[in-house]
Amino acid sequence: MDALASLADGFAVALTWQNLFLALVGCFLGTVMGALPGLGPSNGVAILIPLAFTLGLGPTEAMILLTSVYYGAMYGGRISSILLNIPGDEPALMTTLDGYPMAQQGRGGEALALSGVASFVGAFLATWGLVFLAPQLVKVALLFGPAEYFALFVLAFATLGGIASRNQAKAAFAAALGLGIAMVGVDGQTGVPRFSFGEVHLYDGIDFLVAIVGLFALSEVFIFLEHRGEASVEGKDTGAGIGRIVPSGRLIARCTPTMLRTSLLGFIAGVLPGAGASLGSFLAYSMEKKLVDREGTFGTGDPRGVAAPEAGNNAAAGGALVPMLALGVPGSGTTAVLLAMLLALNITPGPLLFTQNPDVVWGLIAALFIGNLMLLAMNIPMVGLFVRVLLVPPRILMPIVAMVSFVGIYGISGSTFDLLVMVVFGVLGWLLRKLDVPLVPVILGVLLGNLMEANLRRAMTISDGDWTTLFASPLSIGLWTVSIVGFVLPIIFGKVLRARMGRRKDEEGAVSD
Amino acid sequence: MLVSTPVRRLATAAVLALSGLAAPALAFEPTATECIAPANPGGGWDFTCRQVGKTLQDLGLIPGTMQVSNLAGGGGGVAFAEVVNKRNDENNLIVAASTATATRLAQGAYPGNTRDQVRWLGSVGADYGIIAVAKDSEVNTLPELMEKIKTDPRSVSIAGGSAVGGWDHLKVLIAADKAGIEDLRTIKYVAFDGGGEAVTQLLAGSVQAFTGDASEAKGFVDSGDIKVIAVLAPERLEGDFASFPTAREQGIDAIGANWRGFYGPGGMSDDAYGFWVEQIGKVYDSAEWKQVMAQNGLAPLDLRGAEFEAFVADSIASIEQLSREIGLIK
Repeated sequence: MDALASLADGFAVALTWQNLFLALVGCFLGTVMGALPGLGPSNGVAILIPLAFTLGLGPTEAMILLTSVYYGAMYGGRISSILLNIPGDEPALMTTLDGYPMAQQGRGGEALALSGVASFVGAFLATWGLVFLAPQLVKVALLFGPAEYFALFVLAFATLGGIASRNQAKAAFAAALGLGIAMVGVDGQTGVPRFSFGEVHLYDGIDFLVAIVGLFALSEVFIFLEHRGEASVEGKDTGAGIGRIVPSGRLIARCTPTMLRTSLLGFIAGVLPGAGASLGSFLAYSMEKKLVDREGTFGTGDPRGVAAPEAGNNAAAGGALVPMLALGVPGSGTTAVLLAMLLALNITPGPLLFTQNPDVVWGLIAALFIGNLMLLAMNIPMVGLFVRVLLVPPRILMPIVAMVSFVGIYGISGSTFDLLVMVVFGVLGWLLRKLDVPLVPVILGVLLGNLMEANLRRAMTISDGDWTTLFASPLSIGLWTVSIVGFVLPIIFGKVLRARMGRRKDEEGAVSD
Repeated sequence: MLVSTPVRRLATAAVLALSGLAAPALAFEPTATECIAPANPGGGWDFTCRQVGKTLQDLGLIPGTMQVSNLAGGGGGVAFAEVVNKRNDENNLIVAASTATATRLAQGAYPGNTRDQVRWLGSVGADYGIIAVAKDSEVNTLPELMEKIKTDPRSVSIAGGSAVGGWDHLKVLIAADKAGIEDLRTIKYVAFDGGGEAVTQLLAGSVQAFTGDASEAKGFVDSGDIKVIAVLAPERLEGDFASFPTAREQGIDAIGANWRGFYGPGGMSDDAYGFWVEQIGKVYDSAEWKQVMAQNGLAPLDLRGAEFEAFVADSIASIEQLSREIGLIK
């Protein structure tokens, strides 16, 4: 086949000592950056751009380095999610839901290793998707107009209720709060600033990384301070041993269907420009919860709840390369940075990239396969190292968390204003935790709210305010149907589920947001 | 660990550059030069700083490496305020700017800041606007599109990568204004996040036309997926875009140049101002920069010092008038 022959050529490009070394460096730096709260894939890639220029790397070499960082960061994001309940970057948000409870139960090593495997499966399948489907998948992206995007975001919010909370009202409140925060900043459809109070720093809206780090990391520090450094912070070191470092074959076998399904879903979410990895991991988690969570164990440390978002977000990272390479449209912040890099190297991504610069494209894809194997090989043995974080006493760990948060956020924009915003979010997060309001829907509201609103209003502008345009295509009708079913079914069958949940809720005392 | 490697590399590069440097004979001696890119890495301003900084260094026009600081926020407003309020007297500092800077100044989107608080140094090129339709569209010329808007404004949605009132929007309005459309508010402009998303929606058939910069559309022009019906430049562009007619040729005298250039702090000494105007001019004249321009689809726009000051003042005045017409400012 054509694609396979081209891929073989790609491996010939990628398999040089220099490129292997670059991939290794990229994977390692990416993992570290992904794990640090605040530093995500987009900052990681951006930080290394000057390095690529200074080393005088050619387009292929530079892309190999930067995409290794990208994939590495997608792997790394899970580490702090699982160990500290602090998402290392926004797509790793959903991994906190089951990863942290697993770590609390002393299965942190298992969760890390399993999520490493899930990341590998997601990224591996997505890279194959890139090989065979990139040209065709572009057509899928073209089916999505503003009305379809809006329906997709409605679907995300409709399935939100089942996530992360025993109390639906609190989850809804949290999502509404997030939507409200998303409104801050200049409104693109009218050019008018909203809720910015004449403060120029607020014109671009609130960076969700600042919100995430504040809500999760700083609030954790505040809770620790509140307990005045007592040893037991929410049972953190009560049962938190290291646990198994290699997941059992049985566990992996049990999670395999989950990983396959969520890889596919994540990949598709990644292909859609403007949806991206966060939506991918979110939909992956909620779909799996609906499909396989018969006993209500999701959210309490179910391994499948760790595998689902990790496979989903890594597959989405691969999927996001499809529109970037084939359309020149970045589907996420990171691919926007990669796109700028390609342009600076005199490569024009777009419909003709695959024919005009096959060496770059296929060398890059081959490098993704290599990087992915390296990441798996690097991540599994390092689990033993990572989990030792759990053994660090909170009085040492918490100041480090605070420091990394401040440095990371300051590093994004170089603005002290963002630090203040982060502290405000830290206080907000602390309050919400006290009220037992889940934090995940807040972030989802911030992440998806803007996109949802923008697409609704685009659709309305195009149709001159005719609401029927939202249900005008078969695709949007399909998405609406799924969202309505997803929203209504749990209400009807809720009683049955609640009865089951009641049985299992016995001794689960720890608060896990 | 994370930062030290690139920093060390940069330091080495700086030492190497220093050793081969002949100091320019000017009253102002630059020391540690810095360029502020008022946005995150990856955007146009970042590109301007990095490419010009690299060329300055390669040509030996500044000692060592130019440090690029990303100071994002408020569409450039955070950086503008920082320079005016805190770094007004610095001589070693330049800031990347573009039409977007002028647009926001004109619309008062930098609260409390105005054009005359900084010194405008010079331009390094321009990205001319284009208006395009899908390849299978029945519209073939700019007058045809304008005629359609005149008869039924509701039937044409135009997508662009900037917010309402931003440069992509204004370009269409300039063209429509010159085409004699009375009420500019009837034009349906749909804002997307960046030119790429907007083009995608043109291909998807959600919108009927696209407004953007020539460089954004290059990939799709090469593949033949979109049809450029007008280039908003005074003359035809070179290279790939040479076959596309200008709006002027079609009887609509609209020009939309997204220029790229620099400003410096308002309290910068005259010597330093002279130095930067001259060095940026030298970058513009160099063969290296010609190549960068060709690679990135930048068209010529060579304005220096006082000339550039006047140009920026003019463009802010005309944007202000246009924004008033569509009711964006009062």
